[in-house]
Amino acid sequence: MFYREAGQYKTTYKADMAVFPLVQDRIGIIAILAIAFIGVPLLASEFIILSVMVPFLVFALAAIGLNILTGYTGLISLGTGAFMGVGAYACYKLTTIFPGVNIIVWIIVSGFFSAAIGVVFGLPSLRIKGFYLAVATLAAQFFLQWCFVRIPWLYNYNASGAIEVPERTLFGIAITGARATPEVRYLVLLSIVVVLAWLASNLVHGRIGRSWMAVRDMDIAAELMGIRLLPTKLLAFAVSSFYCGVAGACMMFLWYGGGEANDAFNVNQSFNVLFMVIIGGLGSLIGSFFGAFFISTLPTILKFGVPAIGIPLTGAFAEHLTHVMVGALIIFFLIVEPHGLARLWQIAKQKLRVWPFPY
Amino acid sequence: MRAPSATDIAAGEVILAVENVSLGFGGVKALTDVSFDIRKGEVRAIIGPNGAGKTSMLNCINGFYHPTEGRITFKGKTRPKMRPHEAAAGGIARTFQNVALFKGMSTLDNIMAGRTLKMNRSFFWQILRHGPAMDEEIEHRKFVEEIIDFLEIQHIRKVPVGKLPYGLQKRVELGRALAMQPDVLLLDEPMAGMNLEEKEDMCRFILDVSNQYGTTIALIEHDMGVVMDLSDRVVVLEYGRKIADGTPDEVKRDQRVIDAYLGVAH
Repeated sequence: MFYREAGQYKTTYKADMAVFPLVQDRIGIIAILAIAFIGVPLLASEFIILSVMVPFLVFALAAIGLNILTGYTGLISLGTGAFMGVGAYACYKLTTIFPGVNIIVWIIVSGFFSAAIGVVFGLPSLRIKGFYLAVATLAAQFFLQWCFVRIPWLYNYNASGAIEVPERTLFGIAITGARATPEVRYLVLLSIVVVLAWLASNLVHGRIGRSWMAVRDMDIAAELMGIRLLPTKLLAFAVSSFYCGVAGACMMFLWYGGGEANDAFNVNQSFNVLFMVIIGGLGSLIGSFFGAFFISTLPTILKFGVPAIGIPLTGAFAEHLTHVMVGALIIFFLIVEPHGLARLWQIAKQKLRVWPFPY
Repeated sequence: MRAPSATDIAAGEVILAVENVSLGFGGVKALTDVSFDIRKGEVRAIIGPNGAGKTSMLNCINGFYHPTEGRITFKGKTRPKMRPHEAAAGGIARTFQNVALFKGMSTLDNIMAGRTLKMNRSFFWQILRHGPAMDEEIEHRKFVEEIIDFLEIQHIRKVPVGKLPYGLQKRVELGRALAMQPDVLLLDEPMAGMNLEEKEDMCRFILDVSNQYGTTIALIEHDMGVVMDLSDRVVVLEYGRKIADGTPDEVKRDQRVIDAYLGVAH
């Protein structure tokens, strides 16, 4: 990271408004994408892909969704798990009713179902804020979870009450179901995440993102700029739930490969994603990735990484120890930088930029 | 645009008229039967001791409060329950007594937020951030850069405003209001808490706004020197009532104003 912007003059506003204005940053992003798209599928083991990369990407998507709502618009939501569930069940219903349509289309479309539900539960946000809104969204969490259990139509009247992921193909290659290889599932998921992250970045850097942040920072002044609060907040709910819904559909179809969805989309999952957003950094897209990586994959890495360097851990003890370590790290990072890993990353970059001078 | 002279203003059309406005919160009367008008292009000061109802008056004008009695006519139209965003669309911009900036956003983004009403590219283009959406963004960026040049805040363009000193925050807030290209600009104590140099800068900006853009300005201020120098006409409130209205010289000599500010022996 020893690079500076010296000599890179921007001569147009367009160049100045780029998301990555520095050449080195652009090269870095291309390198990361190349590693993710080519390096990981070729080199990483099945275990790394399925237990580290896939959960990371699914949660990154959910964290981007919640970050749009909580980080950018300042509305706390505890319904993330349920909105993810809506996406998963919508995708399941859609692909059973229309099996001919490609599953990737349905994964994306299921996001719109989640968005619609999100808008409905976002309506109270005009009147209530902060913790009270969190409680209102908790109602969404419990109500929707109840629906997932009590409405058998949603799971096609399965005796087990679980989502059964059917095999679906793209160009003859299985991408969901038992025959889909981890590499293929990973690549499909990665493509979805990259495209959606790019779109989210576009959104938050433009007029809509500014309106969201204006509502977050000072809603009275925002209204005075002509920003109408209800449509702005509802749009945030819609976009956020869209991302969560797609994340939920990806979770069921590309990661779990089916199962009892009620546990996957409970309130713990909502808290999990909220912690990712807080640890990663509110109002930062890259923070969503940091947070998702930290919370979703650190336990796995610790659990399997610590024995790998020669410290033996077994069974329940390993499980508990990783919980303790993750908990301790969360406290450590929040004390070091309450604004999350994204801010820490920024500070580190700034320090390296002026190194070896202190400022 | 040419600066309107004093005679223009005296004869000028009324852009905003406040007629018999009263405002009460339960038993508390914040405003009682206040009437005055603001003419196009003038700098109109609203002064009065603390708690006189000056800020309440501004809040009525831009729709945060709805007067319990009376009416406010803006550009010939009377809207009984105008919402703040409707006031904004109509061309009323405002700054606040205690800075109300978007603290987490940069100076540039704050002022760009002031352009929101003028931007109308659809969600589809916004999400792609290409084509028309980017063109629009660049077009408004140009306008915002002019304001940044005008207010001499180029060096803090990308700094989050929460980190700026108070005087600069006030300046950014003025910039954000100017970005709306308002017909009427309401300034609530633009010089509160500033040192002399900052005050002089701010006075210069206010006069420049008035002269260059021909913006009508209504301003609340406690610094009498500033008020007397800047304003074309002054309205004085005390305990929610209007006690004087006229040119700075007239107001200065008004016995009730002197009493209100200095107190009377009983």
